Amino acid sequence: MNDFIASIGLEVHVQLKTRTKLFCAFPAHEEGDPNVAVCPVCLGLPGAMPVMNGEAIRQTVKTGLMIGSRIALRSTFDRKNYFYPDMPKNFQISQQAAPLCLGGAVEIDVGGQPKTIRVNHIHQEEDAAKITHLENSSEIDFNRASTPLMELVTEPDMASPDEAMAFLIALKEMLIYAGISDCNLELGQVRCDVNSSVRPAGTDLLGVKCEIKNMNTFKGIHRALTYELARQVEVLRSGGMLVQETRRWDDEAGVTLPMRSKEYAHDYRYFPEPDLPPVVLDAATVEAWRAELPELPAVKRARFIRDYGLPEYDVGVLTADQALAEFFEAAAQQSKNCKAVSNWVMGELLRALGEQGLGIADAKITPRALAALIALVDAKTINMPAAKEVFQVLFEKGGDPAAVVKEKGLAQVSDAGAIDGFAERAIAANEKVAAEFRGGKETALMFLVGQVMKLSRGKANPQLAAEALRRKLRG
Amino acid sequence: MSADLHDLGFLEVAEALTQKRASSEELTMALLARSEELESKLNSLTWFNREAVLAEARAADAARAAGDNRPYLGVPIAIKDLLNVKGQPCTAGSRILKGYVAPYDATVIARLRAAGCVFVSRTNTDEFAMGGSTETSAYGTTRNPWDTDRVPGGSSGGSAAAVAARLAPAALASDTGGSIRQPAAFCGVTGLKPTYGRVSRYGCTAFASSLDQIGPIARSVEDATAVYQVIAGLDPHDSTTAARPVDDCLPNVRAARDLKGLKLGLPKEYFVDGLHPEVEQLTRAAVAQCRALGAEIVDVELPHSKYGIACYYVLAPAEASANLARYDGVRYGFRAEAEDLQEMYEQTRAQGFGAEVKRRVILGTYVLSSGFHDAYYLRAQKVRTLIRRDFDRVFARCDAILGPVTPSPAFRVGEKTADPVQMYLGDIFTANVNLAGICGLSVPCGFTTGGLPAGLHIIGPAFADARILQIGAAYQHATEWHKQQPKI
Amino acid sequence: MAMRFSENADRMDVRYVAGLARIALSDAEAARLQGQLDDILAFVGELKKLDVSGVEVTDVATEAQNAWRADVPIAGLEREATLANAPLARHGQFVVPKVIE
Repeated sequence: MNDFIASIGLEVHVQLKTRTKLFCAFPAHEEGDPNVAVCPVCLGLPGAMPVMNGEAIRQTVKTGLMIGSRIALRSTFDRKNYFYPDMPKNFQISQQAAPLCLGGAVEIDVGGQPKTIRVNHIHQEEDAAKITHLENSSEIDFNRASTPLMELVTEPDMASPDEAMAFLIALKEMLIYAGISDCNLELGQVRCDVNSSVRPAGTDLLGVKCEIKNMNTFKGIHRALTYELARQVEVLRSGGMLVQETRRWDDEAGVTLPMRSKEYAHDYRYFPEPDLPPVVLDAATVEAWRAELPELPAVKRARFIRDYGLPEYDVGVLTADQALAEFFEAAAQQSKNCKAVSNWVMGELLRALGEQGLGIADAKITPRALAALIALVDAKTINMPAAKEVFQVLFEKGGDPAAVVKEKGLAQVSDAGAIDGFAERAIAANEKVAAEFRGGKETALMFLVGQVMKLSRGKANPQLAAEALRRKLRG
Repeated sequence: MSADLHDLGFLEVAEALTQKRASSEELTMALLARSEELESKLNSLTWFNREAVLAEARAADAARAAGDNRPYLGVPIAIKDLLNVKGQPCTAGSRILKGYVAPYDATVIARLRAAGCVFVSRTNTDEFAMGGSTETSAYGTTRNPWDTDRVPGGSSGGSAAAVAARLAPAALASDTGGSIRQPAAFCGVTGLKPTYGRVSRYGCTAFASSLDQIGPIARSVEDATAVYQVIAGLDPHDSTTAARPVDDCLPNVRAARDLKGLKLGLPKEYFVDGLHPEVEQLTRAAVAQCRALGAEIVDVELPHSKYGIACYYVLAPAEASANLARYDGVRYGFRAEAEDLQEMYEQTRAQGFGAEVKRRVILGTYVLSSGFHDAYYLRAQKVRTLIRRDFDRVFARCDAILGPVTPSPAFRVGEKTADPVQMYLGDIFTANVNLAGICGLSVPCGFTTGGLPAGLHIIGPAFADARILQIGAAYQHATEWHKQQPKI
Repeated sequence: MAMRFSENADRMDVRYVAGLARIALSDAEAARLQGQLDDILAFVGELKKLDVSGVEVTDVATEAQNAWRADVPIAGLEREATLANAPLARHGQFVVPKVIE
């Protein structure tokens, strides 16, 4: 592959998180019985007319704002004509001449280096119905028909399957962050057409493009691209010619296959949708929508590194989920030890949530309580094992850490006399180990500290215990 | 008085009901009896269901007896078989929709229903409103009540013939390139094509969505105004309807007596070679009448008029090719037996559509197809702009435009079916009004020596519907043409 | 009003276009349509004589803008009504003959 360069472009279709369909007021994302969420409009009955869901426009424009698109102040809709039984009108209402968002870019990370993937445009369109192919017939359920979609079309800026994955993950993260889509891949909320070409290294002209249609898992896209790029290189290496074609991914066989080319497939006969007036936006509306945007993950990551002095790994984990990031930030702002907050959130909090399959909203512990717990550790009021015990109580029941420490009697024993007593008892009971330490085996001390902890039922300050033992053994 | 109940116009019926001089049941029975008597000669209706309609009429009578005093309660109206009425068939004059029963009301129907109207019958139409004679209907040609060897015009020929023949006091129709005004002119009745966006199209089986508009056909401008007033206005189901209020113009229309202070334009392009001499003479006489009523008549120019038909026959078929794609045998209507999906599509549409529809769908597909889109479709969109600008310039100095509605009176059945271009040229004075999105009214203005009606075309700027109705009403107050009845 | 148009007229590939429109044509029908459509194209070809450079298109016919709907659901058709007009339905779904890709 080294002597070839790959160019990958994606057409990403995302279902928007609206309550109703794009062109009629019937519930979107209905998963019930077939054909229960339909009306004259989404069934394409004679005389039915589309009416625009303003929320879909808002979400698409917000997506454009997140990636720095120019927002068209006048945008129009077009009919894309093709016959297929999943499209009730046999045309799809889409945008061709004047889409809502033009240009823009998404930054991805390629082996630690940032790379910009340019976006050509984002347009709005309606989803098709669900069709099930049986042996001798096909069944159609129009519940999904006219669910709002936006299609984001990138430039062919990705050079590897990994970059395509990185792009999709970054995009998905943004869309979930901003509440624009749940991006549930299993429900088909994100679907991609994947364009790829290869050209010999050192040349500029893009190679012949092949399109893999309708991919709906990121892993599948990675595998399909890996296969497809190798196939294209192989064809060229063996002196063959590539033809521009549409292929499909056979996941089981792990190959892409040409689709029997539809004779008329590419003559969509676009023309303006006469039933929908233009979308006309003013700057004030666009700015109001911009103000609703959350801080983007990339910006948030940079800020976390700068403001909280966290390592990149921590920031990646903390910002992957907006609610988690918010929890961290609330705790960090009340704590003097941001790294400890990060460790607790990434460690105990995620573990506890994961074990019980809960979301951050379900946890009873407040950011303030976590910050207070960390302060108790830092003040050596409690030791780590005790802190974990307190955390578990706070996680399940909530409350104030100091109160839990008191209630459970978990405060550390830092009283020198008491610790000396434990140390003497530990040495007396383990003469052999004590002798080994005296003989120069440093690690033997750890065993004795463990014994002190045991005798103190976990409450002794381990550092003080070690100091006391050392003093007595050397003494 | 039951012998003449069918003679009453829309407002006369409303008055008779309000004054309890007749019941809706009696009126409806009279119309149904007359329909049964005359339909063998006219074929203007595609459907009427005696029992269902009488039940509606009785319900209206019962409501009135219980104190309901909506002004149009129980008034019968005929509906072009293109508009969806819940529970009634809606064929659009096509075999492909045979047996289809509408599961919802068009907005205009919902409004008439709310006003209390009874939907007495469904009227014949050219298939998907594509035609100017009703000869493309899959349910037979409607005959002109003035001469049953002749066509009633189209596509709303059924509505015009039914109103002229007194089978209904008024009817709803639709106009894409002249389909209300031309049959109104051919049948000696009054027809209004409202401004685009004034009346909701929701529930009107679409032909060309940027041109279609629903309007009334009636026996007088007053009646047409009354119906228009009910159906006009913003509709949340049709995003192209205008947010402007609809003023109650009926009092002004009823009071219209003269045309003083109005400047009316006479386009020289509307009086050219090929205009039937008697139609020209009748139109000029009507213009003289308007002058006599006080209007100032001025010569104006609409230089791009002659490109209107060509422009229309690119844009309308293009939109139709998409609008009619949904008739595919999947969800409703006719389905041809087939082994696989492609064959089902191609055979369903081959057997379900008639020749004119196929011609226009193929033409429309072609003008949008790759390689030809710019030469035809895009160019026609620009010509449309030029045609609109022509009207803008004229309306900057005139209140309305006068002219003929049709280049000839009603032609004979079969006379033009072999030559589509000749048929299309019949829209020469009407289609431009749709392209410009403005309003037009056809009022009867006399008869040829052969006894065929002609129509005066009153064209107004966008949203001046009330104005052209007033002009038409003043003209009708001074003339008797609209009161003439065909002898069948 | 007889008109004759022939110069520079395009000739349509009727069978191809009918295929795009999913309409099967018999040979006789195709031949008849070819003649009629050639005439019509010659007629509409008159538009090519006009200079339209610099003229903007009329892409929407309405003065309305936006006309958005609030994102609030309402009840749809009963499934019975949805399927009542279906040529073939099974298990609450519309059924079509097999799709050959």
